[in-house]
Amino acid sequence: MRALLLSCLCTVLLLGAVNAQAEADALTFKTAESEADYNALINELRCLVCQNQNLAGSDADLAKDLRAQVYDMVESGQSRSDVVDYMVTRYGDFVLYRPAFKLKTVLLWLGPVVFLLLALWFVIRWVRKQPAKPVETLNETQRETVRDLLDKHK
Amino acid sequence: MKKGAIIPLVIFAVLVAFLAIGLGLKPREVPSPFIDKAVPEFSLPKLMQEGQTISPADLKGQVWMLNVFASWCVSCRAEHEVLSRFIRTEKVPVLGLNYKDEPSDAKKWLAALGNPYQHIAVDYDGKAGIDLGVYGVPETFVVDKKGIIRHKVTGPVYEETVRDTLLPLILKLREEQG
Repeated sequence: MRALLLSCLCTVLLLGAVNAQAEADALTFKTAESEADYNALINELRCLVCQNQNLAGSDADLAKDLRAQVYDMVESGQSRSDVVDYMVTRYGDFVLYRPAFKLKTVLLWLGPVVFLLLALWFVIRWVRKQPAKPVETLNETQRETVRDLLDKHK
Repeated sequence: MKKGAIIPLVIFAVLVAFLAIGLGLKPREVPSPFIDKAVPEFSLPKLMQEGQTISPADLKGQVWMLNVFASWCVSCRAEHEVLSRFIRTEKVPVLGLNYKDEPSDAKKWLAALGNPYQHIAVDYDGKAGIDLGVYGVPETFVVDKKGIIRHKVTGPVYEETVRDTLLPLILKLREEQG
């Protein structure tokens, strides 16, 4: 029974994979480069309708239109930065999942590094402040007890 | 109290302050890169007069609005009454952009609800919409006499939007030199 279920599940998954592949294959590209550009772009451009999805993952109407736009631009030989500029002039920086490095986004980019360094500094300071504990050693009777216990379980 | 004991409290307070600010933000309202830029040019067929086209240049020299709408858009229906009343009382010329809609559906919609628009452009494939950065219909742009976009409302126009934003802005822009 379990094997049957498992095989059913596998079939469904496989079909799904084939399906997704078919959808991706619906577009034909002149060059492998433009295909790579297209895939990279739809993965790093945000869909503004469903804001936490990229163009590749979104099924919104606008995402479809924008994917078509990216495809047209890439196929007509425009570079990645051309497409990104095109989107930014229309939808603003928000459309980029990887925001440009500029004055407005300095905190966004450097914030995590600053916090990491701050945390490191605090940890180092805290560790150094710990009083050095004397190393405890066992006396002869304690050693004897340990030896006995170990021997017992041999 | 130990000297360092206050630090977690301060961190907590800062965190609360940031979260409180975050609660008040509206992530749907993406700042439009079009503010203070010229209306992108387009020339689209008119919905009501077949064979004619309309472009933003036709409205130059006056303060006007561009309203993106569609018959399939529920919020457009919601804002329709408020927007129509505002347009009528203030006599604002409005170019309606019928976005990704069947012209026959749009005509039925306008026949049923009333047509407040001076011109209606048909953007059947949504290309002009992309050029305008439209991502959530309805959207309303306020354009000054020089053809520069001065304000954008994303989503439906409410009574408050008219009272607090659109009306004062339109009156101010009318005072400006063309």
